[in-house]
Order: sequence, then C-alpha cells, then structure tokens
Amino acid sequence: MIIIITNTNLNSGTETSERADNRAFDELRNIKIEAGVLERADGSAYLEIGGNKVLAAVYGPRELFVRRLMQPNKAVLRCKYNMAPFSVDDRKRPGPDRRSIEISKIASEALTPAVFLEKFPRSTIDVFIEVLEAEGGTRCAGITAASVALADAGIPMKDMVVACAAGKSDGKVVLDLSEVEDKEGEADLPIAMMPRTGDITLLQMDGHLTEEEFEQALELAINGCKIINEEQKRAIKNRYGD
Amino acid sequence: MVRIVPEIIKESVTNLVKNGERTDGRAFDEYREISLETGVIEKAEGSARVKIGNTQIVIGAKPQIGSPFSDTPNVGVLMTNTELLPMAAPNFESGPPDEKSVELSRVTDRCIREGKVVDLDKLCIIPGEKVWMVFLDLHVVDYDGNLMDAAVLGCVAALMNAKLPTTKIEDDELILDYDNMIPLPISHTALMSTFAKIGGEMIIDPSLEEEEVMGARLSVGITEDGSICAMQKGGERPLEKEEILKAVSTAKIKTAELRKLLP
Repeated sequence: MIIIITNTNLNSGTETSERADNRAFDELRNIKIEAGVLERADGSAYLEIGGNKVLAAVYGPRELFVRRLMQPNKAVLRCKYNMAPFSVDDRKRPGPDRRSIEISKIASEALTPAVFLEKFPRSTIDVFIEVLEAEGGTRCAGITAASVALADAGIPMKDMVVACAAGKSDGKVVLDLSEVEDKEGEADLPIAMMPRTGDITLLQMDGHLTEEEFEQALELAINGCKIINEEQKRAIKNRYGD
Repeated sequence: MVRIVPEIIKESVTNLVKNGERTDGRAFDEYREISLETGVIEKAEGSARVKIGNTQIVIGAKPQIGSPFSDTPNVGVLMTNTELLPMAAPNFESGPPDEKSVELSRVTDRCIREGKVVDLDKLCIIPGEKVWMVFLDLHVVDYDGNLMDAAVLGCVAALMNAKLPTTKIEDDELILDYDNMIPLPISHTALMSTFAKIGGEMIIDPSLEEEEVMGARLSVGITEDGSICAMQKGGERPLEKEEILKAVSTAKIKTAELRKLLP
C-alpha cells in the first residue's frame, strides 16, 4: 500500500488572532474590474479579487430556442456558472456538478430583479460566468462581474447588482472571507444587492451565527458591496468614459 | 445552431484572395498579432494565456499522481481536454465536448505527443504503480478563428511553465515535496501552422470570417528540427498535392517564427 503525503497538508492551522492576510476585519481584498475584455460576446467583464480570477460574458437579448422556457411577456435571464479544471488545487472534473448548478440558479435570481426583462418578450439573455482561478468567494465575484458584463452589453437595468460575503472566522465577524477563512471559519454569508435602493437579491448562509453576529455580518457585507460597486462603475467609465 | 454565411461575404472574401488580398490587409503568410503570457493561473502548476488576433485561450497544466496504463507501465500520462465555452461564440453551447472540441483536443494532443514535447518516460515514479498524469485543460474564452495554432502554442508554453513537486519514496510512502519544485521534463518543442484554402490559395492563420468561407483547412505540426509531427485536414473540399507541399514548406518557416514567442 502506498500512502501519498504532501507537505502542504502540514502547515495548516496556524494560531493567530489576526486575519491570515493581515487585513482589518472590514477590509476587502484587492479588487480589479475591467469591462469589455472579449470580442465575440455582446458584453464582458474580467474581475480579480484577492486570488480569484473570473470572466463573465453576456449574449443577448437573443432568440430563445428552448420553447418551454419562453415567457410570452418578458425575456428570461439564464446564468451558467462554471469552474475551469485548473482553477483549484486539485483538478476539478470538467462539466456541471451540483454546486455549480445551484450557483447558476441563485446567480440568475440575483441578477434578474435589476434587468428590465419585460422589454424583450420571448427572448433570452445568457450570462456565462467562468472561474479561471478560485480563492474563496467566487459566486460573489461572478455575480459582480456578470453585472458589469450586462452593463457592457447595453442591457437596460435599474441598477448594478453587486455581491460580497461576510462571515465569522476565528471568532470574529469579518468581511470578504478568503479561501482559508471560508474553509476553517465558522460562518459564511454571501449577499448580493442593488446599492441604489439597498434591495438584497441574494442571501445565503452556512455555519453558525447569533442574531447579533448576523446583523453585524450583514451590515459589513452591505458596506463591502457599496465599495465594490464603486469599482464596477469605474470599470464601465474606463470603457465608455463619463 | 448553424450559422449561415451570406453569399455576399463569401464572394467578397474569395474575390479579395484571388486579387492577392485579405479582408484585414494581411499577406497570405502573415499571422495576426499574437500575445503569449505564462504563469497566469497561480493554482495551476503550469498555465498560459494565448491570443491570436481576437481568439483567446486560457490553458492550465495540472499534474496528478495516477496509475499508468497497463501496456505502458513505465510511462507517464498526458491528457488533453478542451472546453469550447459558450461565452466564446454565440453558437457554442455548454454540455459534453462536441466534434469540434474533441478534434481540437486530439490534434493538439497528437502534435505535442508526437513532437515529444514532454519526456513522458521521466514522469514515471514507481514503475507499474505510480506515474505523473499531466492534465492539459484548454479553456477557449473568445473564438475568432484558428484555434489549432493558438491551442498548440499555448499548450507548449503552459507545459514549459509547469512545475512538479519532487518525489521521494521512504518505506512504502510516496512523499511529494511542494517546497522543492522542479520543471516538467521538456525535451522538444512542436508548433502548428494552419492554412485555409480559399479561391485556390492557401492562407495562413484564417480569421473566423475566412474559416466560414474556406473550402478546406490544413494544419501542420513541426518540431524544432523541422520534421513534421502532426497533420490534420479539415473542411469539405479537397486539396491538391502542390497546395499541401507548399503549405508544409511555409509551415516550417512560420513555426520557426512562432517558436521565438516561447519563453
């Protein structure tokens, strides 16, 4: 019998009260958003936050070929979230799994309230989110990038949708969990919102939080969203001017 | 979804070629602008992003420990997989790999394998039991023609960029040392040039518009010493012997130029 041991397994569980990457509890990782990075897609965006690298592309409004999904009075917004096999430490098998199917569903539900779908009856708007490299918080990164791609595609929207997570790690409520904080932390609370109205379009949670901690985390995540929203606007302005 | 090419575009592209011109003003043996970056994905042991014109592919190379095939117990494994992402073109759909995607994977694999790019013998750890399996994943994110040349160029660059942890065997334990990484054993380089036949001419690096109009396509893989290591004809129309021979000699010159882009 051969046992495979890797020395990377050994250095986990460092005992520090500070965050592993020296961030303050309410500090985001470095973020960079660029709009219009792909030629063929109608709209696209590239986003980096911490070690995450995400591409989003939008096609549409276009003809919907799946008739059973067609809505006579509005467009449908379909979202596909996919992770590249090389985006994680152990190669991920290509193709959809249960996790990516769930994220696709909640991502399309997060983006839908912002889009004037009633302007395009019987058609589809397709949103593709590709995770090229994952380091915790890819669903939020994907939704944030997708919203920039929708704007880049010229799709009429009430507001941008921006997503960010807060959670609890090492007993502290913190903003924008990294991969380690997500895996070893006590709770994860990703949200998406429309910053102009403050409407929340996505909310998930796993782990354990008291009611007070939840309120704190939600407040942190909302503030995080507002900061990221400025980056979204900057990306669109960089592409199209003020 | 089938895309229908308007007759007027077919005619104008073909007539241009007959007059010795191309839609984007290139010469028949001229590539579009190429950019090649390596190490773009930190979590992948090897990676590259290649752009030829507006065609863009992100490639990751990930080694894993696995069992060798029973007929080659002392040889490592190289696996090539392509995803033509639905974001890359309006007519690409998600789902299991289709013909186009499998052909691209297989031709790329053939060029790299037969060109002896990776020294697979050196990827054996314990004969018959444990070998390195190198997964090459091609993520096509933007499609504007000539995926083959971009795929091979990017894959070779990603492999040259790839690092393996050193291995040692103590008692019956295989220890992978991620603190001491060694480069993936590369012995040669092989690159590919693709030609489209339009109006009786062979033009290199067809753009999407030219691919939609072409009658036939020929891809030629060449190693650094100038020998031919892989070929693939595509398209519905036939090729003539002289056209093929001319394409091969042009490919020799052009792949030598492409080789200068490698790290």
